[in-house]
Amino acid sequence: MLRLRNINSFYGNIQVLKNVNIEISRGEIITLIGANGAGKTTTLMTISGLVPSRSGEITYMGKTIHNMRPDRIVSLGISQVPEGRKIFPYLTVLENLDMGAFLRTDKKNIKKDMEYIFDLFPILSQRKNQFGGTLSGGEQQMLAISRAIMARPTLLLLDEPSLGLAPLIVRQIFEIIKKINIENQTTVFLVEQNANLALKAAHRGYVMENGRITLSDSAENLLSNENVRKAYLGL
Amino acid sequence: MEYFLELILGGLTRGSIYALIALGYTMVYGIIELINFAHGEIYMIGAFTALIFTSVLTLLGFNEIAVIVLASLAAVIYSSAYGYTVEKIAYKPLRHASRLSPLIGAIGMSIFLQNYVLLAQTSDFLPFPNLIPEFEFIKPYRHIISSAEIVILITTSTAMILLTFLIKFTRTGKAMRATAQDRNMAMLVGVNVNRVISITFVIGSALAALGGVLIASHVGQINFYIGFVAGIKAFTAAVLGGIGSIPGAVLGALVLGLTESFATGYVSSDYEDVFAFGLLVLILIFKPAGILGRVRHQKI
Repeated sequence: MLRLRNINSFYGNIQVLKNVNIEISRGEIITLIGANGAGKTTTLMTISGLVPSRSGEITYMGKTIHNMRPDRIVSLGISQVPEGRKIFPYLTVLENLDMGAFLRTDKKNIKKDMEYIFDLFPILSQRKNQFGGTLSGGEQQMLAISRAIMARPTLLLLDEPSLGLAPLIVRQIFEIIKKINIENQTTVFLVEQNANLALKAAHRGYVMENGRITLSDSAENLLSNENVRKAYLGL
Repeated sequence: MEYFLELILGGLTRGSIYALIALGYTMVYGIIELINFAHGEIYMIGAFTALIFTSVLTLLGFNEIAVIVLASLAAVIYSSAYGYTVEKIAYKPLRHASRLSPLIGAIGMSIFLQNYVLLAQTSDFLPFPNLIPEFEFIKPYRHIISSAEIVILITTSTAMILLTFLIKFTRTGKAMRATAQDRNMAMLVGVNVNRVISITFVIGSALAALGGVLIASHVGQINFYIGFVAGIKAFTAAVLGGIGSIPGAVLGALVLGLTESFATGYVSSDYEDVFAFGLLVLILIFKPAGILGRVRHQKI
């Protein structure tokens, strides 16, 4: 469904991604693990069109997308929950969710999806008229994921959803990610530093080091891979 | 007492004109963090467009009301087109440059537009006809408020109510607020940010043009330099209220207008700028972000 071929991305003159190849099929949960600064976030930003790639090709459902405007890419069904949540601080929770559905015109279903979200995260319903900036970190993460779901994406990109959250909330959020994957047939591309957690949720995984993909395998095999265990699982 | 009331009404009128211009500064700053120094020139171009259309339409024999409405409409459309074009040619190519570059571009654009009008219209003050008729019902209160002031107050408050509605409740308004708060995230939910920026320039320019027509008709003369003076005052109002904040710009403009009016009325018109900028200094000492300004802090 999504295919990155020999992608090279730069920030200014510094090359971050070097010949990155990734392939994701429909319905999968794929994870990208790696250390800080390996280029994981840049990979997601390149897919979303916020960081241009100088060479290589990204195709999504047969369409070439690496030259597209970010909003056009969203309209194809690719939504991202960026690192640091990026909630609109002076929009209310409801308005934040509305922004998630910005490109949708099916008003009735938007309402239904909103109720679905409040079922998933009842706390958001209690806070719906509060400014996004006043929520706690965990609530903001819930809102960020919900905002992405409101777009009814076919591919959901998640950047470090566990960052800075209490273990209990992290577990809850991962449950939801799996649930969305199964119930809505949403394909998930999950970037994580918490490799253990990510590999347990995913079907397949890629390992990134210094902007290169160094390993790719099924999640099970990666979990038992000696090098991965040493470098990323702390075992 | 009547004198006091007259000063208040005069101050509010002056302030609401400043507000129309200040909104353009504050909205553009809110979205791309640029002080658009060419904004005053957009206001001046609005006034000139209205003057040209007024002369032509009067010659063609249109009645008074039609002249006001059509000339204002023309001013709004022309100025919007100028605002849109200025953004496209001077600011958009510098979107990813350092913040100083578009600022210098804005100053250059301002000088360019002033001189362009100077060449086309000479540096003389041109008489601007009083477009607003004397209402009968106002006669008994003529010493307190004029017809022009009433029209200015009504037009500006209507424009501001419409703007508030647009920003608060429409899809475009929400996209504008989202873009102002986090441009990259706005792109990630599918907002065409370049379009939102263009719309912001168009709305700001339209409001400034409206201000240009109203004040030109009230004062009775215009030249190529009026945009600079009005621009500085409106910019002051925007900073006073908290640049980036829409209600702040309106509040700042009204406070500024009232201060000037009282300074003129009770001290001397020579001192109105002293009081206006003195107030700015005072407020910035105690509230550096302006009256309603938000200090931007990041949550980690």
